[in-house]
Amino acid sequence: MTVLHSAPRWSSNEGVKDALAAALGAMLVKADEEHGEILLTVARDSIEDALRLLRDDHEYQQLMDIAGVDYPQRAERFDVCYCLLSVTKNHRVIVKTSTDEATPVPTVTTLWPNAGWYEREVYDMFGVLFAGNPDLRRILTDYGFQGHPFRKDFPLTGYVELRYSEEDKRVVYEPVQLAQDLRQFDFMSPWEGADYVLPGDEKAVTPPPAPAPVATAPDTKGTASVDKPKTTDSKADTGAGDKANAEAAKPSDGKDSAVDAPDAPKATDDRPAKTDGEGA
Amino acid sequence: MSFSLEESPTTGDEVITNYTINFGPQHPAAHGVLRMVMELDGEIIERIDPHVGLLHRGTEKLIEHKTYLQALPYFDRLDYCSPLGMEHSYVLAVEKLLNIEVPLRAQYLRVLFAELTRICNHMLNLGSHVMDVGAMTPNLWMFEIREDCLNFFERASGARMHSAWFRPGGVHQDVPLKLLTDMADWIDERLFPLFEDAMSLVVDNRIFKQRNVDIAVVSKEDALRWGFSGPMIRGSGIPWDLRKSQPYDVYDRMEFDIPVGTSGDCYDRFMVRVEEVRQSARIMRQCIAQMPEGPIASTDRKVVPPKRAEMKQSMEALIHHFKLYTEGFHVPAGEVYVATESPKGEFGVYLVSDGSNKPYRCKIRPTAFSHLQAMDFMCKGHMLPDATAILGAIDVVFGECDR
Repeated sequence: MTVLHSAPRWSSNEGVKDALAAALGAMLVKADEEHGEILLTVARDSIEDALRLLRDDHEYQQLMDIAGVDYPQRAERFDVCYCLLSVTKNHRVIVKTSTDEATPVPTVTTLWPNAGWYEREVYDMFGVLFAGNPDLRRILTDYGFQGHPFRKDFPLTGYVELRYSEEDKRVVYEPVQLAQDLRQFDFMSPWEGADYVLPGDEKAVTPPPAPAPVATAPDTKGTASVDKPKTTDSKADTGAGDKANAEAAKPSDGKDSAVDAPDAPKATDDRPAKTDGEGA
Repeated sequence: MSFSLEESPTTGDEVITNYTINFGPQHPAAHGVLRMVMELDGEIIERIDPHVGLLHRGTEKLIEHKTYLQALPYFDRLDYCSPLGMEHSYVLAVEKLLNIEVPLRAQYLRVLFAELTRICNHMLNLGSHVMDVGAMTPNLWMFEIREDCLNFFERASGARMHSAWFRPGGVHQDVPLKLLTDMADWIDERLFPLFEDAMSLVVDNRIFKQRNVDIAVVSKEDALRWGFSGPMIRGSGIPWDLRKSQPYDVYDRMEFDIPVGTSGDCYDRFMVRVEEVRQSARIMRQCIAQMPEGPIASTDRKVVPPKRAEMKQSMEALIHHFKLYTEGFHVPAGEVYVATESPKGEFGVYLVSDGSNKPYRCKIRPTAFSHLQAMDFMCKGHMLPDATAILGAIDVVFGECDR
């Protein structure tokens, strides 16, 4: 693919993927090269050894970032991505590993002192644990915050809001009260992005069983007869059926309807319990 | 509270045990909302624990719920002292996933305004750094320059600070010729007289040197280990500048020098920024001289909306406009990490796309995170007032650090 964009150009990727894959050997799970980025997926337990190898033998001196990504459908739902930079080779690689809520990832504070805050951030935002990090406190959220806000199942509005209470003379937390519903418009075209059944489509997928022959006069509601004009005066005549109408009336939330893998873990376990009248 | 104070064996004074103070979150020299818990031995700093996150707004989460174009203005609000530098990383990341070509004039315009942003940012940082260590006047003079810069942003985009002017595929609007000539005149007539005057008060000033020279010396090895970038790594003597080593847009056509420090102290970091202002002006002059005529955004109508006049005539243009401002454009699935040389250092965007019209994940790599984390190691053994000089030389803005 020819490069048309004008994003930063570092030294050539040619042969780097194969060389690093050979060096990592059994620690490597997968090596990819796409969009001009080299992505190395490494087994979780050997992440520290792999990064040490890249730092010491392959001149990736700097750890620029650690990013967490949440894929709730997967059994190991979190990706932890280490962005490495070599100032001598003028090259970047991304090293990835995956984990779930309970399994800790070995820390890399032993390799780079600045990994400490990055790991704290991933812990704070996603709840990924890092074994061996001496100071795994929350970093960006408030003192005493509960939950991990960047997980996909954490709502955008959050669960609590704070205000200054004149009676108590201090700042108090309260459950979120929204004056109107949070508006999330679905602008995706129904032919590409919709995850609901379009009215009428359900007939194409599962044809309804043929009606049993009965002796009484035929019911005109469901079946079309040749000598009667078809009208759509009432909802029942549209041909969509109650199931599809109910399905179409539901607000779409885009992502959550994807089916979980059978062995996927439960959603966030440490969110505060919801009470009635909480809104959202 | 019961602890016995020791008696000093020599002077007879009471020896005070270590104590802890809060620096911030409302300290004028904390450059925003930084709380540092300092453990002091007399006036010597033993340990610093910076508490960040007081300005955390969940930008990355909000971006996941917006289309690619709607997410752009959030970047202005990260480092609000250099908004266009933040936008630059994001638009390049989106363009890298889309792999679209940006017209040459747009690339020149972006580099021109990115460098103006750098000057604007350094005016604020250099000014507040000298004010942190006790000098008042230079700051006022440099705010004059900053005001001029903001006026230029306003003339280009309509907004003084939150421009939202860089777009995936180019820039939002073309600039009038008068703006370019005014900028060229301004560099000679306003920027250099004011800036050099202000610097003449500071750079050889005895008090300023006493406060900065040999404060927080960082070796090359430490700068690499702690993930330093920008003026912080150059101050330590490593000639590393993404504009030179990993050029983006038209930086490879520009001639400029990279200043480096010799001893890696606060004074070096300050002087690196001073020289960067001069080099930025040099790049701006080259941009204005070389800038070609032509389109200012890609003509790929699946990404960049058509002109309004075109919409009055063409059905196709109208459809494109409608689709781009409701559904937005779809970005191919994949992940990229794109970092540019923002005025404060390496500002990176790790963008994960699932092929839809919204980013699946947008991790922002702030410059301040690595630098502020090193506060403890840089301040150890220094005096309490040195902490403000060290913080000033880091150039930290909390909109970006806390996101």
